[in-house]
Amino acid sequence: MSDIFPKWTNWLPLKIAVGAVLVGTAATAGSWYYLTPKYSNVGYQPVQPVAFSHAIHAGQLGMDCRYCHSAVEKSWYSNIPTASTCMNCHNQVLKDDPKLALVRESAATGKPIPWVQIHKVPDYVYFNHSVHVNRGVSCVECHGRIDKMDEVRQVEPLSMTFCLDCHRHPEKHLRPPDKITDLGWQVDPKTQKQNGEKFKHDWKVQSSQNCSACHR
Amino acid sequence: MRYFLLILALTVVTIMGVAGKRGSLSRQPPIEIFPDMDRQPKLRPQEPNAFFADGKSSREHPAGTVAHAAPLMVNGQAVYPHEDAPVNTGKITGTTNFVETNPFPVTETLMARGQQRYQINCLPCHGPQADGNGITKKLGMGVVANLQEKRFVTMTDGEVFHTISNGKNLMGSYAANVTVPDRWAIVAYLRALQLSKLATLNDVPAEMQSKLKK
Repeated sequence: MSDIFPKWTNWLPLKIAVGAVLVGTAATAGSWYYLTPKYSNVGYQPVQPVAFSHAIHAGQLGMDCRYCHSAVEKSWYSNIPTASTCMNCHNQVLKDDPKLALVRESAATGKPIPWVQIHKVPDYVYFNHSVHVNRGVSCVECHGRIDKMDEVRQVEPLSMTFCLDCHRHPEKHLRPPDKITDLGWQVDPKTQKQNGEKFKHDWKVQSSQNCSACHR
Repeated sequence: MRYFLLILALTVVTIMGVAGKRGSLSRQPPIEIFPDMDRQPKLRPQEPNAFFADGKSSREHPAGTVAHAAPLMVNGQAVYPHEDAPVNTGKITGTTNFVETNPFPVTETLMARGQQRYQINCLPCHGPQADGNGITKKLGMGVVANLQEKRFVTMTDGEVFHTISNGKNLMGSYAANVTVPDRWAIVAYLRALQLSKLATLNDVPAEMQSKLKK
């Protein structure tokens, strides 16, 4: 019989089992680590057609987000400003700078600047900006410290888990309405629970976890 | 077994080397392996769209049309956006004369709203005290009106509103950025800023005067 099954085959089932466990572990760990928006979406920083710096405008100059994103409190989406909004200052500041050529052209002709959208949720997700910023959810919760980014990149996964984490415990994130666009404002861990519960009650925050809250 | 372990280790190292860490910078858009109806051929605002000749999904108003909108309530009366009413134009109906005063009653709510909207839209150039010393002055904004000057203090509310709506000289129109009621709120708040520089002791209520005299 030993001619048909040599001695080393005695170890074969164990080796196959160990090998399968190792491959399985590696595959599971790899999928867990890579097949998630935390890997695929976070860090996306496309090259924009105009080298606009949020760090200069929102950070250094301290301009409010809503100077440009003027409809964010009324609309489901946060608008990209019209080129004429840029020209309110840039008709005097950096008036002939070649970096702003596209902005001047857009303001003169109405041809849109082809900005690259960074923060995207699937088209079947109906995220509403106005309902969030009017009820104490700051821009920074999803977009990070935009006021420190020369070039904007995605810092949060914007996955369903990410949404639900906040929808399950909104009181951990709600802040006073005058601090919504104050991206450097930090939640005070001592008073946040009390304040958060109060905001949740006062503004009737119903952070629904129903499918139809976001999916239609 | 040795070769198997070696190949496995090499594969893991290769994948980690190519794929990198979570959150590492990427210039390329995220890869969507399964389409899952994530991107649908529907119109989304401010996105390119090949259906229209100019390629814009957000359509502009055809000339001479007014958006369907809820009316503004001014002293209990409904005013629609297309009407030639002081609240829309800053002018007395049927004339080119500016109205003297704000059509909205000046309440604490209006002032608070005005302060907020002023700080968002006006402060970068006109400064927190409306004296034309905004942060943009340091960066080359040469001509910014000092709204504490007499010609602006004596200007009618209607003309201030008209200026915000249509711009003046180098200042552009803010009609697209600031709604009509918000523009009137800004007018009211600007009046408070001007008064803060001009008021005398006699303007202070009698019971408060003694506090200031100290």
